[in-house]
Amino acid sequence: MYTTDMYEGVIAETVVMPGANGDMINAYFARPLGPGPHPALALAHHMPGWDEWYRETAFKFASRGYVTLMPNLYFRAGHGTPEDVAAKVRAEGGVPDDQAVDDLAGAMKYLRALPYVNGKVGIFGTCSGGRHAYLAACRVKGFDAVVDCWGGRVVMPTEALNEKTPVAPIDYTKDLSCPILGLFGNDDTSPSPEQVDQHEAELKKHGKEYEFHRYDRAGHGFFYYIYSSYRKDQALDGWKKVFAFLEKHLS
Amino acid sequence: MCTMIVEKVKIEGSGKGTNGWFKLDGANVSYDHPFDAPFEHALNIDFVNASQGPSARVAVELSESAARDLVKTILAVLDRAEAEGHLESRPANL
Repeated sequence: MYTTDMYEGVIAETVVMPGANGDMINAYFARPLGPGPHPALALAHHMPGWDEWYRETAFKFASRGYVTLMPNLYFRAGHGTPEDVAAKVRAEGGVPDDQAVDDLAGAMKYLRALPYVNGKVGIFGTCSGGRHAYLAACRVKGFDAVVDCWGGRVVMPTEALNEKTPVAPIDYTKDLSCPILGLFGNDDTSPSPEQVDQHEAELKKHGKEYEFHRYDRAGHGFFYYIYSSYRKDQALDGWKKVFAFLEKHLS
Repeated sequence: MCTMIVEKVKIEGSGKGTNGWFKLDGANVSYDHPFDAPFEHALNIDFVNASQGPSARVAVELSESAARDLVKTILAVLDRAEAEGHLESRPANL
């Protein structure tokens, strides 16, 4: 817990890292100052893209002691304001799952190579980023914890599968190699409470270590103070659960 | 990208963005999370020129009822213009 007599220092900057297919993509990097060792976290940004809320979130994690790296998963769409780039990606049907997973795997490897990281790397994502975080934690070895906040389309009907999203993330559950924290709003439609039930049942079926919390009077994106979806009490409790989970598994 | 409900249509016309008017070559219509409108999902229309990059975009985010009203209104205006003999097969070269 932070107290006012503590020293606190964070450095945050844009860096370049190797992503999918060896592409050099930009990433937002925020880390606590000091020699460490510090735990590390990859962030999978949400559908609105590599935006200010996510930069603030990277900074928030860094100020809590996590070396945090957020790859720009929309890098190949070109550059502009985060909204304009995200709108372009939306029109293209999103980014391919394989590409997002490999970008996030690149972030994990980048973090593991840093001399001041304690050897533990988690992954956090919200919205489409929660889905991408879950996919990465299932398909890539090397993550020690995953936080999926209201990731939609983890459960997908067969007719929704396509070239970019050929496999429903829930179908990779047997391969999940780390504990998962899931936070969901009971008023959400993507994922709906029924889809969260299905996800939970699959985790249980495969004997995975999981912790799901579901909030009443909350829909999609209840952490986002910039949107009308923000729900203060649920968000404050959710953040407490995120930090408790990460401390338990990454310290 | 939580619903992935999106359709693209080629269009002709102009749009006014932050840098002034530009030629449009498409409209991307989605029902997904808006960036600004106070709804969990909205009918989003991005009028774009793909060749000019992501910033060549004029965006609107509408409620479902607003979108349906807009569609009816556009069709009503076009019907009236047609009835009054104003429709042209090609834009006038003014």
